[in-house]
Amino acid sequence: MSIPIETVRHVAALARLHVDEATLPALTEQLSNILNLVNQLNELDTQDVVPMSHAVDMPTPERPDIVVNTQRKEALLANAPDVAQGHFQVPKIIE
Amino acid sequence: MSHDPLYEMVIGLEVHAQMRTRSKIFCGCSTTFGAEANTQICPVCAAFPGVLPVLNTELVQMAIKTGLAVHGKIREKSEFSRKNYFYPDLPAGYQISQFELPIIEQGELTIERDDGSHKRIGITRIHMEVDAGKSLHEGIQGASWIDLNRTGTPLLEIVSEPDLSTPQEAGAYLKKLRAILRYLQVCDGNMEEGSLRCDANVSVRRHGHTKLGTRTELKNLNSIRNVMRAIEYEANRQIDILESGGSIVQETRLWDANINASRPMRNKEEAHDYRYFPEPDLPPLVITQQRIDAVAQHLPELPDAKRQRFVRDLGLSEYDAGVLTATREMAMFFEESVQQGAHPKTAANWISVELLGRLNRENLEIEQSKVSPNHLGRLITLIQNNEISGKIAKQVFDIMFETGANPETIVQEHGLKQVSDTGAIESIIAQVLADNPQQVQQYREGKTKVMGFLVGQVMKATQGKANPTAVNAILQDKLTG
Repeated sequence: MSIPIETVRHVAALARLHVDEATLPALTEQLSNILNLVNQLNELDTQDVVPMSHAVDMPTPERPDIVVNTQRKEALLANAPDVAQGHFQVPKIIE
Repeated sequence: MSHDPLYEMVIGLEVHAQMRTRSKIFCGCSTTFGAEANTQICPVCAAFPGVLPVLNTELVQMAIKTGLAVHGKIREKSEFSRKNYFYPDLPAGYQISQFELPIIEQGELTIERDDGSHKRIGITRIHMEVDAGKSLHEGIQGASWIDLNRTGTPLLEIVSEPDLSTPQEAGAYLKKLRAILRYLQVCDGNMEEGSLRCDANVSVRRHGHTKLGTRTELKNLNSIRNVMRAIEYEANRQIDILESGGSIVQETRLWDANINASRPMRNKEEAHDYRYFPEPDLPPLVITQQRIDAVAQHLPELPDAKRQRFVRDLGLSEYDAGVLTATREMAMFFEESVQQGAHPKTAANWISVELLGRLNRENLEIEQSKVSPNHLGRLITLIQNNEISGKIAKQVFDIMFETGANPETIVQEHGLKQVSDTGAIESIIAQVLADNPQQVQQYREGKTKVMGFLVGQVMKATQGKANPTAVNAILQDKLTG
């Protein structure tokens, strides 16, 4: 099975990846190979298998509704590419 | 504005309700509204690498409550999923939500239509998800600012079936849903502040057709009035397009309340490709029947049940019961007044006419009333015990409304106590009869209408404080005797 080059372009755009047109054919082939590998699973009969979303069979743990204030504003903002007056600063979102 | 009678509207609502937990959905940060920007964030809600979300148990309780209140099915096993998209207010690049296996399915609620009839509105699903941060644009040159305090605030998304057929039904549905959430105390339901948000899916079709038309999604509806107006506008817009031979484009439109019109939202170059997949960091949520039963035992009385009880047990009219159960606060106010011994019908009247009238005029909510339910109940008891007349009671009420003082003190201080002492009333009546010989003469000649005039004179002489029953009885006695 081979995926169309359009799909690779689309997926790259969704992931915000800038991909050169020149590299698209090679990427398309590689992605097709990966899908072919995974597609082998389709040969198995899973008619009677309950769908599973997690490998570990346990319910999600829950925590009590208690406020813990970490007071780490400065440290958290320190990693941002741009900061202004206590806010994360980003390119203008709306005109 | 009213839409073309050849067409009918098909409306479904998606409501996002912020849950009133103290801490966020997956971390211990506070959910308090209005704090200084980015002070209520941590590595979990700010989506730093390597953090693990842990579910807030109180949110699960609130979701179960809500599910029970709308007669929904609560899944024994539900699942969290990632909804992938990029936006600056979403630091993780994905929203943790529920997709294939939401916690609640197949609920319903009943709305009352303008003609008094009832209609069942299906609720497709209710799921849990995280709220995004807030972006600020005003007055910032060439940039936007992001405040992540709201990021990770727990939301319930409540999705209705497309069962609504008019803007009025949509309004009634929202009011009912908001009342239920407030009765449950899981959401404060403030649309202006955004703790309750609504998107509307609207399409139109010719009457008798079963195939659904192409729908549009309306956003930015920050009040029930705007929801209704936006739907009306959108239906008319679609009908105009269809009537002129055009076709509807499936799109998201933003409502602009300032100009009463909607416009298409800027098209995302990759619309709605969220690539949901099960959230690897969160195993499935498992809810036992015992847990559901325990929540059910502590479910408060909900608006519909309360309204029916007010009609059945307290003898209120459907209308009064509807007014008094519209909000939890109003119902509590009424019930506390009645506990003071006030007759339910009288209390209902005083609240819906006098109290709500005054509150509306001064733009106040019932929670802000200086008249406490206890005091109003006592005021009504004073009337019932013939200690003051209904007319005087209105004077006392006005003072209560301004000062918050208790009715007994006001009656005492202003000397408003009703005169029931027959001796005192008799001497005043004697004086009135002596002053008005002509009317007395007329009465005795059969013109009994002048009785009203004479009663009025007595009440005037006593500044309204004479017990009207006693006045009538004694006057009758004197005139015919």
